[in-house]
Amino acid sequence: MRTSKLLLTVAHRLAILAYIVVALFPLFWLLKVSVTPNDLLYSEGVRMWPSRATFEHYTFVIAHSAFPTFFKNSLIVAGSTAIAVTILASLAGYALSRFNFRAKYWIVALMLITQMFPLVMLVAPIFKMLSPLGLTNSLTGLVIVYTAFNVPFATFLMQSFFDGIPKDLEEAAMIDGATQFIAFRQIILPLTLPGIAATLGFVFTAAWSELLFALMLISGNDAATFPVGLLTFVSKFSVDFGQMMAAGILALIPACLFFLLIQRYLVQGLTAGAVKG
Amino acid sequence: MTIAAHPHAAKPLRKRIADASEPYLYSAPALILIITVMLVPLVLGISYAFRDIQLLNPFSGGFIGLDHFRTLSEDQAFFRALRNTLWWTGASVFLQFFFGLILALLLDKPFAGRGLAQALVFLPWAVPSFLAGLNWAWLFNPVIGPLPHWMYALGIMDAPNNILSDPHLAMWGPIVANVWWGIPFFAITLLAALQAIPRDLYEAASIDGAGPVQRFLSITLPFLAPTIAITILLRTVWISNFADLIVVMTNGGPADRTQIVASYIFTQAFKRLDFGYASAIALVLLVLLLAYSMLIVVLRQTLLNKG
Repeated sequence: MRTSKLLLTVAHRLAILAYIVVALFPLFWLLKVSVTPNDLLYSEGVRMWPSRATFEHYTFVIAHSAFPTFFKNSLIVAGSTAIAVTILASLAGYALSRFNFRAKYWIVALMLITQMFPLVMLVAPIFKMLSPLGLTNSLTGLVIVYTAFNVPFATFLMQSFFDGIPKDLEEAAMIDGATQFIAFRQIILPLTLPGIAATLGFVFTAAWSELLFALMLISGNDAATFPVGLLTFVSKFSVDFGQMMAAGILALIPACLFFLLIQRYLVQGLTAGAVKG
Repeated sequence: MTIAAHPHAAKPLRKRIADASEPYLYSAPALILIITVMLVPLVLGISYAFRDIQLLNPFSGGFIGLDHFRTLSEDQAFFRALRNTLWWTGASVFLQFFFGLILALLLDKPFAGRGLAQALVFLPWAVPSFLAGLNWAWLFNPVIGPLPHWMYALGIMDAPNNILSDPHLAMWGPIVANVWWGIPFFAITLLAALQAIPRDLYEAASIDGAGPVQRFLSITLPFLAPTIAITILLRTVWISNFADLIVVMTNGGPADRTQIVASYIFTQAFKRLDFGYASAIALVLLVLLLAYSMLIVVLRQTLLNKG
C-alpha cells in the first residue's frame, strides 16, 4: 500500500516535470541560440549550451537595428490600449453590474456577438475605413482598433470583479450624499484594483502580440510594432538567427513580466467566477 | 437627506431622467467604439462580398452580385483550405484539451512547489503568438533547431529535414506549436472548474469505498462536463479562425498544404489586395461558423430533453 502510494507520488512529480520541460524547452532554445556566437552556431548544432556564450547579438540588436523603435512603438500601442480599454471596460462593466436597465440585454448580446465572429473578416473593411482618415500606418489607428477589439471581453471581466463587491458600500456612501459616480470612483474602483491590474495585463499582452491587423495597417518601419518588425526582419535577413532570437527574447520580456504578475490571480479569479455559477 | 431612502418616491422629473440615463452614460463610450470599429466594418465587409473591390484598381467598386461566390465555388484552393481548417481545428482542439485536462488534474493535487510549477507550465500562454510561431519554426529548422535531428535519431524521419517544407507533414508544425501554446488555456479553465468541486464529495465517496477511477468517472467528470462543453465549443470557433501561427510559420505553404480559410482570407486581402473576394470568403466562413454553433445548441437541447 505504501510503496504504491510512493510510486504514484513519483509518477505525479515526473509528469509535472515533463510538462515543465516541454513548456520551457522552446524558450530555452531561443535563449541558447541568442547567446551562441555566429562561428559556433552551425558547428555546435544540437548542443544544449554553446562552449562560449556571448551577448554580441543583443548589443547589435539594441544599438544597430530598428528594434528599439519597434519596441517603443509596441510599448506605446500596448500601453495606451491597455489604459483605454480598462477605463472604458470599468465604466461599462460597472453599468452591467450595478444597474438594471432596458438595453442591458442588448448590450450583452452585442458584446457576445463581437466575440463570436472571425476578426479576420474585418481586416479589409477596417483598412478601407481608416485609410481616408490617415489612420493607416499610424499608432493611433492601431490603438483605436485594438481598444475596440478588447473592450467586450474586458467589460465582462470587470463586471465579474464588480459583482464580487457588496452593494452596501456605495449605498452607504450615497445615503451620506455622494452621487453614484463619486461612490464608484472613490469607493468601488480602489477596491477593484486587483481586477484592474488583471485587465490591464490581459489587454497589454493581447495588444503586444497582435499580428494580422498590424501587418495589414502598418507598412513602414517607423510605425511598425514588434511583431511586424520581427517578421520583416525574418524575411529580409533570414540567416541571422542569433540576432532574430535575441530580438525574440527582448519581445518576450514585457509579456512574461505581466504574466508573472497576474498568473497566481488567474485561477483564483476563475474559481471565484465558477463558484458563483 | 431623507429622500435617498426612497429613491423613486419623491424625486423631481429631471433627477429621474438623470438617474435613468446613468447606466447608458457609463456604457456609451464602450458601445460607440464597438459599433464604429466592429459592427460597421462587419456590415461593410458583408457588402464587399457582393462588390468588386481591389485596393490598387481605381475602377473597381461596382456591384457584381454573386460573381465572387461563383468564383469561389470553383476555387480548388478554397476547398483545400476548408479541409485543412477541419484538420487543423480538430487536431489542435483535441490535443490541447487532452493534455490540458491531464495537466489540470496533476495541478489539482496539492504538493510542495505547486505555485512555481503552475507558473512555469502556464508560461507558454504568455508568449506572443507570433513569437511562438517563429520559435517553433526555428525548432523545426534543421540548421539551428534540434527537432529534426532528434526525430532522425529516433527513426521517425528518414533524414533530418524541415517538416515545414514537406507537403505531407507541414500541417503538423503549426499544430504542434498551437498545442504547446494552447495547453495552458485549457488547463487554467479546467483547473478552475476542478477547484470548484466540493472536496467533501470525494471524502464521502472514499468512505463509501470508491476507487480513484470511480471517483473520477462519477464525481469529477460530471462536474467538469459543462465547462468542458463550453470551452471546447468556444475554442473550436476561436482556433478555426486563428491564422497567426500559420501565417508566421508556413504562410500557407508548401503548395497551400497548410492554408486554412482564415489565413486564405488574410492572404487574399493582404497579398492580393482583393478585398471583395476576401470578404466573400469571410462571409462563407461566418455562415459555416454560425451553422456549427447552431448545431451545437440544437444538439445540446435534444440531449437535455432526453435526459
